[in-house]
Amino acid sequence: MRVVVERVSKTFTDRPGRDVVALSQVDLAVEREEFVALLGPSGCGKSTLLNIIGGLLPASSGRVYFEGEPREGRPMAATVFQEFALFPWRTARANVEFGLEELGVSGFERAERTRHYLDMAGLAGFEGKYPHQLSGGMRQRVGIARALAVEPAVLLLDEPFSALDAQTRTLMMEELLGIWARTRQSILYVTHNIQEAVFMADRVIVLSRRPGEVLDTVPIRLPRPRGEHQRGDPAFIQASDRIWGLIKSQAQAALLEGDAVPERG
Amino acid sequence: MAVERFIVDDRTAFLRRPDYRTVRVLALIGLVVLWELITRTGLVSSLFLPSPIGVLAEGWDMAISGQLLTHLVTSLERLAWGFAIGALAGISVGVAVGFFSLADAVVQPLIAATFPIPKIALLPLLILWLGIGEASKVAVVALGVFFPMAINTYSGVRQADPLLIRAAVSFGAGRWSVIRKVILPSALPMVFAGLRLGAGIALLLLVAAEQIAADAGIGFLILQSGNLMETTKLMVGIVVLSLLGVLSHWGLSGLERAVIRWRHT
Repeated sequence: MRVVVERVSKTFTDRPGRDVVALSQVDLAVEREEFVALLGPSGCGKSTLLNIIGGLLPASSGRVYFEGEPREGRPMAATVFQEFALFPWRTARANVEFGLEELGVSGFERAERTRHYLDMAGLAGFEGKYPHQLSGGMRQRVGIARALAVEPAVLLLDEPFSALDAQTRTLMMEELLGIWARTRQSILYVTHNIQEAVFMADRVIVLSRRPGEVLDTVPIRLPRPRGEHQRGDPAFIQASDRIWGLIKSQAQAALLEGDAVPERG
Repeated sequence: MAVERFIVDDRTAFLRRPDYRTVRVLALIGLVVLWELITRTGLVSSLFLPSPIGVLAEGWDMAISGQLLTHLVTSLERLAWGFAIGALAGISVGVAVGFFSLADAVVQPLIAATFPIPKIALLPLLILWLGIGEASKVAVVALGVFFPMAINTYSGVRQADPLLIRAAVSFGAGRWSVIRKVILPSALPMVFAGLRLGAGIALLLLVAAEQIAADAGIGFLILQSGNLMETTKLMVGIVVLSLLGVLSHWGLSGLERAVIRWRHT
């Protein structure tokens, strides 16, 4: 299935009652089996867009739709959250089972699929642990396994590794690429880190600062499987520079307003 | 110039709070021994202060004769019914008021208006409505337990992490699934705090009700013994109440550890 975002706008009303335009006329699509990164400085509404696609927030105008042959028992989207959002009273296994329970997948199949995705996420041996007994990296593996297990049409990742330390983040990115290579699961990956986007995606969609608009789409022509050695590749550097060129002035504006700046490396 | 060394001390030493386990036990034993010694000197008449050993012996005699058991069982039945009804009603109302804003609008003002009433003041009214039998005593205990349960459950529900609720919804959870799988487990620690509060209040109201209108029960035993100047029997009743309080606290703590496993592993 492909996901289409058509002229989506979102306006919030802030505390003093002023309208703040978070997203303005955003058009984008994620094709089947595609890995798309959505990149922008903070305050560009990328998480808002992800929530709209996931059905967790209504758009003010425009629409989001899925196109293709529906497969029974597969939800349209599943989200991996920045802050993990694991249920603390559920073990790793029970967290992964959550989405399957809600889908009505029962008994044997649920156990089987849960085991399969726990293994895929590298959680074998940790099934019985509660989230607070796991490191940040392991917790996000549970988050990823939980989203993969429902086999959604598109997997939405909202800055999934930004709460992790730099080393863990690098390892998790490579693992996610490995999982993607095996499942060919369509992915929309939100990040503010240029290197992260270029390293993983087929295409990087660059959003502007408030109001969030699509500035440009940068195709990443790096062969797969991707690896650390490609960080010196001219295509890698070129793409990174091009994206930085697109958002540099906006990042500087964000800095003056006291928002966080996107990380360059 | 002579070179001097300045050794770094732990400046937080005075903030440490050692456990003093033996002191805890000794303090309790010491109090009982002191009590026994005072009664042995004959300075205080045993009519006003019976000796601990005398109380223990009297308690044993009453246990053997079955007199203590009758009162205890009567009281425990009232407690159990009142506590169960009050706790169940309180939890249900707390969840409803915490989750549904309509229920909040209807019930919140009612609770605000009735909560400050000392519940024992309602006993005469309850006796009018329900008769002098068991029902009115059970009802006053249930009322006393209801309020802390409803209020604690309500704040537990309100404190449920919105991120977890959103995560559940993103995985397809509907209203009842969210209540059962996210809101209730989130509220459990507050529910248990309410149960402990409720247990204390239940004991208080039970004894008060039994001293106003009853022909059996620990409260009745204490009142009657006082009227007959049987101070030793009276003290037995008080010791039983103290034991009931301690046991209910232990029981609830144990139950909490068993139910909220994810916090204790």
